[in-house]
Formats: sequence, C-alpha cells, structure tokens
Amino acid sequence: MIRFAVARLMGGLFIALVATLPARAAVQIEEVLSPGGITAWLVQEPSIPFMALELRFRGGASLDAPGKRGAINLMTGLLEEGAGDLDARAFARELESLAASFGYDIGNDALSVSASFLTENRAEAVELLRKSISEPRFDEVALERVREQVLTGLRSDAKDPAKIARTTFDAMAYGDHPYGSPYRGTIESVTALTRADMLDAHAAVFAKDRLYVGVVGDITPAELGPLLDTLLGALPDTGAPQPGPANIQIKGGTTVVPFDTPQSVAIFGQRGIEQDDPDFFAARVLNQVLGAGGFESRLMTEVREKRGLTYGVSSFLIPQDHAATLQGQVASANERVAEAVSVIRDEWARAAAEGVTQAELDAAKTFVTGAYPLRFDGNAPIARIMVGMQMLGLPIDYIATRNEKVEAVTLDDVKRIAAELLDPEGLHFVVVGQPDGLESSVAN
Amino acid sequence: MPRLRAALAGLALTTILSVAPPLAAQERDDQVTSFELDNGMQVVVVEDNRAPVVQHMVWYRAGSADEPVGSSGVAHFLEHLLFKATDTLADGEFSATVAANGGRDNAFTSYDYTAYFQRVAADRLELMMRMEADRMRNINFTDQNVATERDVILEERNQRTDSNPRALFSEQMNAAQYLNHRYGVPIIGWRHEMETLDKADALGFYDTYYYPNNAILVVSGDVDPDEVKALAETYYGVIPANPDLPERMRSAEPPQTAERRLVYRDARVAQSYVSRSYLAPERDPGDQTAAAALTLLAEVLGGGQTSYLTEKLQFEEQKAVFSGAFYRGTTLDDTTFDVVIVPVPGLSLEDAEAAMDATLASFLEDGVDKEALERIKYQLRASEIYARDNVDSTARRYGAAMSVGLTVEDIQAWPDVLQAVTADDIMDAARMVLNRDASVTGWLTRPEGEVTQ
Repeated sequence: MIRFAVARLMGGLFIALVATLPARAAVQIEEVLSPGGITAWLVQEPSIPFMALELRFRGGASLDAPGKRGAINLMTGLLEEGAGDLDARAFARELESLAASFGYDIGNDALSVSASFLTENRAEAVELLRKSISEPRFDEVALERVREQVLTGLRSDAKDPAKIARTTFDAMAYGDHPYGSPYRGTIESVTALTRADMLDAHAAVFAKDRLYVGVVGDITPAELGPLLDTLLGALPDTGAPQPGPANIQIKGGTTVVPFDTPQSVAIFGQRGIEQDDPDFFAARVLNQVLGAGGFESRLMTEVREKRGLTYGVSSFLIPQDHAATLQGQVASANERVAEAVSVIRDEWARAAAEGVTQAELDAAKTFVTGAYPLRFDGNAPIARIMVGMQMLGLPIDYIATRNEKVEAVTLDDVKRIAAELLDPEGLHFVVVGQPDGLESSVAN
Repeated sequence: MPRLRAALAGLALTTILSVAPPLAAQERDDQVTSFELDNGMQVVVVEDNRAPVVQHMVWYRAGSADEPVGSSGVAHFLEHLLFKATDTLADGEFSATVAANGGRDNAFTSYDYTAYFQRVAADRLELMMRMEADRMRNINFTDQNVATERDVILEERNQRTDSNPRALFSEQMNAAQYLNHRYGVPIIGWRHEMETLDKADALGFYDTYYYPNNAILVVSGDVDPDEVKALAETYYGVIPANPDLPERMRSAEPPQTAERRLVYRDARVAQSYVSRSYLAPERDPGDQTAAAALTLLAEVLGGGQTSYLTEKLQFEEQKAVFSGAFYRGTTLDDTTFDVVIVPVPGLSLEDAEAAMDATLASFLEDGVDKEALERIKYQLRASEIYARDNVDSTARRYGAAMSVGLTVEDIQAWPDVLQAVTADDIMDAARMVLNRDASVTGWLTRPEGEVTQ
C-alpha cells in the first residue's frame, strides 16, 4: 500500500524521535496502609485543592443472587437516593452544597465509586460518601422511583439494535454464567425485586476483602490513613463468593435477529486471551493492527476507507475476570452489511494465516507505547488506572516497565499468537436488523 | 439518575457531531495566554505542565449553518475529506503519522464551527502544526475519495439519526423551531442533499472558509506560550489570509408569532415523552447577562436532583420518570431553551404536558429558592478549581466560544457574569423566554393503535 510506504519515508525522522518519549508518565505512586489495615495507592498532587478517590469492589453485578438479576444494579442506583439521616432530596442538597461529585458505576466485574471533592470541605464530603456506602436507606419511595428509571432503560434497550445484539451475543457466549445475562436484569426480575433484596445486594458487594483504593490529589499519606478508616473501616470483612470461570460456549457462524431499522448492527466475537497470559501484549499489538487502531487498522481500512461500508468498525480484547474474549462491532446499511461481514471474515483469516508485517508491528508498538503516557491526564483518570492495576495484581512500579513489555514483542510472537488466537471458523456474528443476504447458521 | 439524564440530554440539547461539548467550567485566567498572528489567525494557549502531553486544535468559523442552500451536510463532509491526501501527504497519512507518534486525532462539526484536533506527546507539537497548516490550504482528494466518503457519511447518518427515533424527533423539532435560520437544518445534512454532495461542493466550502483569518489555534497542555507563538508564526503565519472572507451573515429569524406542535411516531420508541423548545437569546460579545440568567434558569428549573421541575414532578407529584431544562448559550445566533418530561407509566402525554405546564406556571409564581441559587453558584465557583485538572476541556471551551465571536475577555468575564446574576434576573429571564408563541411542543410516541408503555 502506497500510504504506508510514504508514511515510512516521511515518518522516518519522527519515528526516530519516539525513543525520546518519556519512558513513563511522571507519576509517583506510594502505598498507604491505614491504621485500620486498609491499603490504598496514592499520588500526591497538591497543586489543585481537591482530590479524586476511586474505590472498586470486585465482583460487582456478577454477585447477584440466583433469580435476583438486576438487584445489584438497582442497589447501586439507590446509593445516592438517601443515606443515614438524609432522604434522597436532603442527600442531593448536601452533595450540591459541597460541590462534590460522587459517581457510582456497576459492571460485571466491579462496583466502582468515583468521588472528587474540595480540600476546603473534605471532612464533610467524606462523611457524606461514607453514609452513602455504609448506610443507604433504600426507602420504598426511592426504590420505586429508581426501579421505574431502570425499567425505562430496559424498555429502551429492547428497542435498541446494539443492545439487542449485545444481549444476544452474551447469552450465546456465556450461557448460565452471570456474564450471560444483562446485569441490569429483565423487566420481570427487576419488577420482582424488594427492599430486602437491596439489603442482600448491598451485603454481597460491600466488603473489605474485595476492596481496591486509588487516590490522587491534595492529600498527604498521614491525612489519607485516618480518612480511609473513617470512610471504609466499618465495612464487613467479607461478602458474597465470587462466581467461577465462565465456559465460553459460542461457536462460529451467524445469528440474525430481525429488527425493523435501516442499518444493521453486528457484534462479532470469539475466545480471547487472559490479561496475565505471557502473550497478552503480543495479542494487544496484533489487535491494534487488526481492529483497534482507529483509522489505520486493517478493519477500518478495508471496511470504511476503501469501501465506505460503515462509519465505524473496531475489534477489542475483553479480558474480564471470568472469561476472555475478542470481540468487535460494526454498523452498516441493511443492503451492505453482508459485504461488511464478508470483508471482516476475510481480514480475520488473512491475519490468522499471515500475521502482520514488520511495518504494521512497528507502527502499532509505537502507538501503544506512545499513547500510554497520554492516559495519565488528570487526577481521576490516574486514580482509576491505579485501581485497575491493583485488581490485576500488577506491581506498584508497573507503569515504568509496561512499555518495555510492549517493545519486547517480536514479529514471530505476533505471527504465532495470530495463528493461535484468531479463529476464523470460530468467529460468530450476531446481526440485528433486516440484513440482505445473511441468514442464521452455526458452524460444526 | 445520571444514566438516564445522560441518555436523554441529547434530545433537548443542540447537538454536535463526533464530540459532545464540555459542561461549562471555568479556570483561573493565569493558565491562558492569547495573541493574534499577522494574518489574523487567533491563538490561545492553555498551560498545564504536570504531564508531558499536548492537545493541538484548529477551529474554523464555519459550520453547518454557514453552508450554501441545497448542500446541507457539506461542512461535515469536508471535515471527513480533510483526512485524505494533501499536496504532500498521502491519503490517510495524516492520521497514520499521528498514530505512529503515539497520538490520537479526530475532528468535529457543529452549526457554528468545524474543529480538528490531535492529542500527542508534548515534543510532537511542531509536527502536528506542520501537518495541520498543510491541510488548511493544500487538500488534494480524488473523485474516488468523494464517492467512498459520501457512503461513509450516509452510514454515519444511518447510525446517528435514522437508527434513533429520538434523533429523528429532535431533527423535526429543530426544523419546526427555526422558520428562516439554518439552525433548522441538521448538521449532518438532509439525506437527499447529502446524496448529491460532490467535489465542487466540498472545495467551494473549503476555498471560502479555510483560511488563517477565519481560524483559531488552541494549544493546551505542557507548552510554553512563547514557543507556541514561534511555531505558529513558522507554520500558520506564512499562510496568506483570504481578503474576500465573507461576513458571517445567516438569514435571521422573523418574529415568531405562532406556537408550533408536532407528533413524531415511530415503532421503535420505547419511552414516550414531551419536549418543548423555546427560541432564546445567546451569549453576545460584551453582552452576556441575558445568557447568564438563562444558564442559571436552566439549573434552577431543571438542572439536577434538587431543581424545581425534579422536586415537583418526580418527588412530589410522581408524574415524571425524568424531567429537565437545558440551555446552551454558546452559539452565534438565537439558540433554544428546552424543557422535557418523561412521564411515569400510565400517564398520557397530554397529562404529562399539562403537568409540565402547571409546574412552569407555579415556578413563575414561586420564584427562585435562594438557597438553591447559592448552591449552584458555589458549584460554579468550585468548577473553576476542578477545571484546572482538565485543560483540554478548557481549551475546547475557548475554541467554541471564540468560534461564535466571543472574545477572550468575554470568556474570562463569564464566571463573574454568572456570579452576578440575581434571583430577579432569573425570573425576568424566565418570563421572557417561556413564550409559547416562539415555542415548539413535540410528542415522541409509538404509532397510533399501539399501546404505549
């Protein structure tokens, strides 16, 4: 391809400069152990008078009790709807009067609490956050209001082609494992949830044995220790057991879900690779070339840039706690989506058979290493990165060594992992829409 | 609930393609330096030296509302084509070079501007400038590029608009709101006009507007203003200005004297709701007080969990799953003030609209809660602190405001103008803007004969 040749000519000078990129972001992480025994990773950043705090509780919505799908999601939505002596409205007024921001997010592997608050009212903000985590009221009136908001979302999901594709794919891939059903639950399961279920959901998730903490901002280690004990010291030691590994059941083929819309949405996927696998970075670089590399990826080049079949196509590694997959997504007009699917299948097979070129490998490595420091662009993002590192069991000096692992990937590594990982026969497409020329089929 | 609010926010707000505008937030002025090149290009530098990262943006004062009649979507189409070849760069080489330097790039188009940006390690700023300056005057795309990229923007319209009944409804609302102004035409374009866009349309727009005297350079991150100035003079300063740059004149709205109503029906609608937009003034250079009052009105009336509409409709009367008010004042011409109610199950849209109107009427009776206003003003002051942690959003705010003719002084005065707004100012603004003659009321619902949720 001409553009790569030209890029090399013009880019030679600049690629040489890449070696001068900061080997790591200027982030000094220290581990803080509170008097009460809670560990946090801290980056002191005194230049702006606020701090960002990230808490993550492993397990998240996958800890839903049998028959109670959606309970933990609903419980999460209620954390900001009244706590301690404050009802929902009083809680909201207090939060606004502190100009603090508390975010509660739920996923299949973790419940996250993301808070930012000013130094000038830190103690009050921590107390309000503590109440929401440890003393949520789950008032019936709030339960009904938030339940209706969740149901509104579920009804919208049922009419959203991308959500239909997601639900269909996950059910096929993970079966009865919690990953196999939407963590927001179903209309039926959410409708049946009670206040007692909220208390159970709360007890399942919030415990010290699954807690990870990251802090960035205007606070010293000596101040942080007591803060952690005030905020989290009263949590129980343990909660619900974590689910076991998911058995990835999806086989190659195509599943068409009829839906009346002008543009089909497809989610495609197959088995992936665990994040602690020695070949993970080789797979990461491979996927950069295949479908994660923005305009430059093979999928974007072939499906969008050459053929105009879509606005966007991408592939992504999803190394979750209990299953690892390689997935992708594309949307294309009903009359053209079959061609998009065909092109993607061809690219999958080509990469599996041939790997990538040296030029592609070099460009991908340069991007993956160069983009890494750009992620450390604010207190809250750095706090999130540190919590993610802890959940993966990475060492505290990982940031300094991460790019070396990327640089160490060789062309042979990528070729080998491409052959091992990419499974053109095992790639399954779930297509939602009225696609011309596509029918459901399953490979043997 | 934030998730729902986020999902619904797009239906009432003026939209932007590719990237959502940041929430209003202010920073200390000492982070910001501004100057102008000899050829008229404005430059803003926002410093944050904590991480070795830079964001480089060029904003053109040319958006969809500046397009010639009959070629809607050409501003956005041209934005796509700027990633093709130039006289010195091959097709796709721009983005490939950014990526090969570990960076990311993209662009976005709105009614009043088109902007291009890269985020990259700070020592790559010169390369970004060299390439961005190159494509300001030297694009060189082919007929094949035009044909393929037209398919891409049609797929983008499929994805953003035609697959989404809320977006289609919003498009109809806007079209009804503006009797004569181009804000009534969607940014991405009407499909039948997009299908006819060609090379001449794109080059015509390019050769009218893509000049340094119609552009703003905004650089944020780990940079030194003097170095930015030297680089900007080297790469942008040498490009001649367009002496024939047209004055920015859009067809203005006549007085709006008749309320408009519409019902948009779509089988894909899962949640019916009522939306109302009122024509509203925008921020004007040197005169931002009305817009400031409307900004605070939106907060007091429908900006969060303690706002008036939420208290009444969600907590007290329990008639709404969601309610809100929205205002975005950073536009060149008259904008809209929007209110929305998503009714609880079993409540008809007629009754929901009546409840919303009764609540608006009672707000005009009750006035502004003083404590609520103080909370909002404190949050606005705090947002200046939080914004210092995110210079890229500060940079986007400067770019957007300067694209609609506001000055650096206007932007830096804005926090004080907001703090000076009184409860009386807010009520005056409410009585002015809540004028049904200049409004559109829309119902989004399922086809007749089908049972709604």
